[in-house]
Amino acid sequence: MQSAKPIVLLAVFLLLPACVHVLTVGAQEAAPAPTAQAEGQVRWFDLNRLNIALVVAVFFILVLVFIRQAGKGASFFIRKIAGLDAIEEAIGRATEMGKPVLYVPGIDDVNNIQTIYSMVILGNVAKLVARYETPLIVPVCRAFVVPLAEETVKQGYLDSGHPEAYNPNNIRYLSDEQFAFTAGVDGIMLREKPAANLFLGSFFAESLVLAETGFSTGAIQIAGTANIHQLPFFVVACDYTLIGEEFFAATAYLSKEAKLVGTLKGSDWMKIFLIVALVVGAVLETFGVTAFTRWFTVQ
Amino acid sequence: MKKEVPLLITAIFGSFMVIDYFVPHPSVSAVGETLQQWAIIVISFSYVLGVANIARVNGEKISKRSRDWPFAIPLLMGLAFMLGVGIFGGIGERTLFNDFFLYAYTPMSGTMFSLLAFFIASAAFRSFRVRTLEAGLLAVAAVIVMLGRVPVGAEIWDKLPGIADWINNVPQMAAKRAILIGAALGAISTGLKIILGLERNYLGGE
Repeated sequence: MQSAKPIVLLAVFLLLPACVHVLTVGAQEAAPAPTAQAEGQVRWFDLNRLNIALVVAVFFILVLVFIRQAGKGASFFIRKIAGLDAIEEAIGRATEMGKPVLYVPGIDDVNNIQTIYSMVILGNVAKLVARYETPLIVPVCRAFVVPLAEETVKQGYLDSGHPEAYNPNNIRYLSDEQFAFTAGVDGIMLREKPAANLFLGSFFAESLVLAETGFSTGAIQIAGTANIHQLPFFVVACDYTLIGEEFFAATAYLSKEAKLVGTLKGSDWMKIFLIVALVVGAVLETFGVTAFTRWFTVQ
Repeated sequence: MKKEVPLLITAIFGSFMVIDYFVPHPSVSAVGETLQQWAIIVISFSYVLGVANIARVNGEKISKRSRDWPFAIPLLMGLAFMLGVGIFGGIGERTLFNDFFLYAYTPMSGTMFSLLAFFIASAAFRSFRVRTLEAGLLAVAAVIVMLGRVPVGAEIWDKLPGIADWINNVPQMAAKRAILIGAALGAISTGLKIILGLERNYLGGE
């Protein structure tokens, strides 16, 4: 019942007929009948967003080029990321102490890319935890994330060859309410005293409450989020923090899979492109030429 | 097939949502809106799974008399009570459900949030201990910004608010935007990896 497979099947059965319906009839019903005047104004491309489309297209091309190169056997350098190296160290410490590992995948739903990516990292963490035969507790804030987390952790244990060690009762849905969830996680930290706390995902005002409670229990703490307003809180309260893009580099770094590392290389080249654009823009603005910077304005 | 079908659905709908952002045509945006409504409906079904998870985890805890099992009793009672009054009494204004939400849950939630003030103080105390050059720079910048934000700062030195604004608007903003650009690129490339099926761990087992 708790597996993701029924969800996927349910989604397929629900979505496919509905998809056909929308593509044929639904769109016509939902859209108001265009008048002759409005028909003339209907556009198939928003020219105000041409700048975004071009930049995204350049980025996609760069990423695809590097994925292709990686597929042909090219190897790419990837710098050390202390926070990701520390994950295995933290799990090892929890194993030595005979205490569980706590993994909090943020408080957002699966429509947030950080939550999806947190599930990807959770898969890698589950493999490590299963190898060390250490309990892994995953409190979940969104009901939809429960089957994803269960299936991801179960697969991690299977991949490590320890399916019997998987305990479904350690994937715990607490509440959709932000501070009810925070209170629940704080309770787990104070009662079960995990030796390693991993906060990886989308966090908001609860970030410091969680991290400080974890600090008070003496756990080694690793956090990672792309919500920049919460980064200072994690930086001061956690032992390691994955800052922004480091969070999204986790699977490439941990798996060293060439195609995934290739996407990082694409991001690096895009950053170079943006840095050059920033410098050129700053120079042109200094000399009173504003057209270049205005082109980048998002409408 | 168990992975290919979900990957295909992800690729089709993921690509469509990207297209929806750039194409203002009513037929495309209508499909996009419909898809988002479906997502809300599918997500609302998942609450059944959430309730089942709570009932199973805490029910087993009580039946096996596991550690801290008494805490599971009020949790399940609260769940059943709110579910009951919500279903049979409604959730609008002047209902028992709404009263419990406003007069029980909201104050407790506010209490948790207010802990933040104390945690900010304890975290700031630790991070402002000057043990390295970086920590020293952080402490000096923090003192200037804090003093620049309160009237006494301007009384001490009238240029302090201006310096505090400069720290916030120039070096702080530059660093923040650099992190934001990196995070945005990471998010876009992750989206692309998911649409292309390179990241598939989240789909679970074969």
